[in-house]
Amino acid sequence: MLDLEAMNNPFGDSKVVSNCSIFGMMEMSGQPVEGGSVVEAISNMKERSNGLGAGFAVYGCYPEHQDDYALHVMYDSEEGKELTESRLSQTFEIVGKGEIPTEPNGTMGPAPLLWRYFLVPRNCTTDESALVADEVSRINDGIKDAFVFSAAKNMGVFKGIGYPRDLAEFYRLREYRGYIWLAHGRFPTNTMAWWGGAHPFSMLDWTVVHNGEISSYGTNRRFVETYGYRCSFLTDTEVVAYAIDLLVRVHGLPLELAAQVLAPPLWDQIDVMDPGRAALYRSLRSTYAGLLLNGPFSVIVAREGEMVGLTDRIRLRPLTAGIAGDRLYLSSEEAPLRLVDDDLTRVWSPQGGVPIVGRLGEGVSYDYP
Amino acid sequence: MMSLCTASKDLTSIDSGVSFVEIDASGLEFRDLNNRIASAARSGARHIRLTRVYGQRYIGTRLNGLPPVTIEIEGVPGNDLGSFMDGHILIVHGNAQDGVGNTMYEGEIIVEGRCGDIPGMSAMGGSIFVRDDVGYRAALHMKQHGRKFPNLTVGGTAQDFLGEYMAGGRVTVLGLGYERHRMSFIGTGMHGGIIYIRGRIEEEQLGEGAQIKELKRSDLHFLSTQVERYRRLFGTCDEIGPKEFTKIGPTGTRPYSRLYS
Amino acid sequence: MLRTQLLPDFSIERDDSRCIRCQVCVRQCGFDVHRYDEDRDIILSDESKCAGCQRCAVLCPTSALTISPNRSSYAANSNWTRERISDLKRQAESGGVLLTGCGNDKGYPVYWDHLVLNASQVTNPSIDPLREPMELRTYLGRKPRKVEIANAEECQRDPLIKIETPLVFSALSYGAISAQAQESLARAAKQCGTLFNSGEGGLPRRLRKFKDNVIVQCASGRFGVEPEYLSNSAMIEIKIGQGAKPGIGGHLPGEKVSKKISSTRKIPLGTDALSPAPQHDIYSIEDLRTLIFALKEATNYEKPISVKIAAVHNAPAIASGIVRAGADVVAIDGLRGGTGAAPKAIRDNVGIPIEMALASVDKRLRDERIRNECSIMAAGGFRCSADVVKAIALGADAVYLGTAALVAMGCTLCQKCYTGICNWGICTTDPYLSKRVNPDVASQRLISLLQAWSLEIKEMLGGMGINAVESLRGNRDQLRAVRLSDWELDVLGVRGAGR
Repeated sequence: MLDLEAMNNPFGDSKVVSNCSIFGMMEMSGQPVEGGSVVEAISNMKERSNGLGAGFAVYGCYPEHQDDYALHVMYDSEEGKELTESRLSQTFEIVGKGEIPTEPNGTMGPAPLLWRYFLVPRNCTTDESALVADEVSRINDGIKDAFVFSAAKNMGVFKGIGYPRDLAEFYRLREYRGYIWLAHGRFPTNTMAWWGGAHPFSMLDWTVVHNGEISSYGTNRRFVETYGYRCSFLTDTEVVAYAIDLLVRVHGLPLELAAQVLAPPLWDQIDVMDPGRAALYRSLRSTYAGLLLNGPFSVIVAREGEMVGLTDRIRLRPLTAGIAGDRLYLSSEEAPLRLVDDDLTRVWSPQGGVPIVGRLGEGVSYDYP
Repeated sequence: MMSLCTASKDLTSIDSGVSFVEIDASGLEFRDLNNRIASAARSGARHIRLTRVYGQRYIGTRLNGLPPVTIEIEGVPGNDLGSFMDGHILIVHGNAQDGVGNTMYEGEIIVEGRCGDIPGMSAMGGSIFVRDDVGYRAALHMKQHGRKFPNLTVGGTAQDFLGEYMAGGRVTVLGLGYERHRMSFIGTGMHGGIIYIRGRIEEEQLGEGAQIKELKRSDLHFLSTQVERYRRLFGTCDEIGPKEFTKIGPTGTRPYSRLYS
Repeated sequence: MLRTQLLPDFSIERDDSRCIRCQVCVRQCGFDVHRYDEDRDIILSDESKCAGCQRCAVLCPTSALTISPNRSSYAANSNWTRERISDLKRQAESGGVLLTGCGNDKGYPVYWDHLVLNASQVTNPSIDPLREPMELRTYLGRKPRKVEIANAEECQRDPLIKIETPLVFSALSYGAISAQAQESLARAAKQCGTLFNSGEGGLPRRLRKFKDNVIVQCASGRFGVEPEYLSNSAMIEIKIGQGAKPGIGGHLPGEKVSKKISSTRKIPLGTDALSPAPQHDIYSIEDLRTLIFALKEATNYEKPISVKIAAVHNAPAIASGIVRAGADVVAIDGLRGGTGAAPKAIRDNVGIPIEMALASVDKRLRDERIRNECSIMAAGGFRCSADVVKAIALGADAVYLGTAALVAMGCTLCQKCYTGICNWGICTTDPYLSKRVNPDVASQRLISLLQAWSLEIKEMLGGMGINAVESLRGNRDQLRAVRLSDWELDVLGVRGAGR
């Protein structure tokens, strides 16, 4: 996509703001399940969105291609498609490709061309993830009319302009199974005519859905840019994704600590911790001062094997968690949880700034004794 | 001054004079559900039961100006349950969400479970009883005038910023099932009203402008009535003595008077 | 006690040959500047307390007093002006946040003074408003996308409010102003077929008879927001911010919280009436939608809901969100909007001029094709009818007058409103001072203001060849600009004069 900024920000706002509803479901046994209840849940929260964007992320949806990188690409022209495919075949072996199956039902506006590819990197001697990330950037910044909206193994993002239920039907989500499902319903403050601007935001196998507005955006953006990220979308969600990628994938912090970088304890609280812990937190907070997310937010972030829910330190945005057997749910509101699951054994709202992490095979961690 | 508008349409036909009505909320958006509730109330229903409620908002708000109605809710009512309400009884057989009794004037809300953030925010009267826990900023900016004061009683615990900016009213937290309360910033910016929390509260847990005060006879009496009411509504086996409470009130009516010049 | 280091702001000169020792000045000054010395039979004045409100000078029967800016000054310094030095010294003495009243008085550009209006000639006749019909009537609210002929009456689903002139009295809360001043506004609004705004103080029972002319505010303090208050109104305004103090809460000092205020606002006597910074149930656009619909539900969808914001950097995006959240009116208050009390640092530094905000919001809503879904009201220091005409040309449906209304009633912008002492009896709840506003007289002054401006607006419209105000709304072609840079022309959407 040439001039991604202009596509996503037609009015030249200094930042693209949107708020919304978020939902996440993880089957911690790893068993892939259908997403009908996720669609029901996000649709139940219709009041929180305005039909100008919605989307889903599904982990485990391509079991027969689980070792290949699955790319979802939207095209505004055949030319874009040709250029992209030619580019891809240089770096990857294309072991599978085809249109993403869709079922237009007349409720949404015109959709771009939607294609998916299953790729194996050719002759990759370096870090595969970095290679894929690079290729995706090259396409998204350099090829006209082409936009990669998910690029990871055994994961797919399905998103566009419309209400969540309409998008779910359009993308035939009933045909997929996954062990993590994320969903989002958007309420942007500008007309979002572009499908690529909907959420979840994805970067490699990270996907983020987010409710709230980050007032520290300007600071966060400049900080991640010094580490080589490019904030072309000018959205808060994008900066959250890059921040987590930097902390977890690049710098190797566990997800729980990364969450504590984004929503750190107050200095007063750090001062009364025991010395070892205090030293760690002081170091994290001062080194990563530029990653403190200020402003109301609740986010759900997922990657292969993990899902985390986090709110800002003074809990200005709602988040409700629920557990039913092996399932962890995270939701903007409680009602949709009760609507879709009768077997909830525990339902709670987390303390601000304390993450709820679900891990494959391990269960839920919520460190607030 | 002319105002052009059409009144919202009645979409149900309810027999006039029937005093009990049941409404199945499934699939209804909030405006539609509230239309039906108002319609039933106008036709004489005094007791309405709603079933399969999942997230519909503002239940009870539309009844302003109508004679008192009792509404039972099965399911999870959406945000702002009973907001701006002027005097009805809402009973939730389960949990509620954010904004319970927001800017409430009169009436009673009973939640047989927990509720979310800001219950009783800016309330001026009426009462809210929550069996389990409440979220952040409960009783935020609650007000009172003369002898009319709002009342929030919680069976479990609350999260941070309880009673933030309180200007009046009463909050009682029973702490059932909890060894201690984890909440911080209690009563931040408080300049009126009283918070009673059963169990020990440390100074560090209080916000700017709040302080621990001594329980007086009138407090003990009030607490007994709250405990009694709670017991009758929800039942509990615990022995609760009124002296077990910590009383928190404002340090002054003008917490910020020295900040400005 | 340490004597202050500050120089007095004003000098008081008394022509002793004229002074007849009637002591009107002594009685009139709420700051206790003047006092009568019986032994020496003279009036002594302590200029250090003088606010320069001119009350004594105006009322002196022999015009013996001249109140002027203190000629004593520090060494000339463009950077460290006298005001900067004084403010700093005051802070060093008190350690507090400096408060002030009224609107931003700093030299930010006033774009109204750079815009000029068209007049019709030769190709298009101008219209004489004295002899030919000239319509100023405006309907505020959300209009439908289209009118279904078969069902014309039914298709206006959302309530509209009619005003006979595009001038509306801005939010002036009871507590910030006196009951008498508020009543004057109410009467004038009713007489002229327009509206007044109760501000966030609630509406005293006594003024409920003006329910068809009042915009009631649901602000962050939620003062007095009872069901009756909501239902006895023409429109409900959710106050998110105001131009004088974007982003921060309101502060009515305990001194001003009298018994009546306490009763209207439902807070204890003598306590500070604190309006929190945000509305604590609105932390996000979807929360605003929640409150908008809560109010609609509580009033059976019979009242238009307005959302008032301060003009800030991303006003267009916010306004778009507000309209999509269901508001019927978007009210924007610019940098120069007034207040009864605000920290000086905020009043003078936060926010953007209303001209820029209005132009960009109007443009944004049109680009998004949702302009017709709301009315825009503009506020923030309108000084004359020409300012109003230019605002309408930039896109406003109506204009809020705050400072202008106060000046009409007697205010001289001495900026001491936050003290609770107003010698003109307007911005005070002191019973002795408030008696100085006689609603019979003050309401007439306001009516005169509205009538004079309405007539001038008609003259200017007629001059442009327009006989209905809606033809001026958003009609930027009728404006040209002088001495503005390209980016300013671009934001305003106006051409340079000559082009």
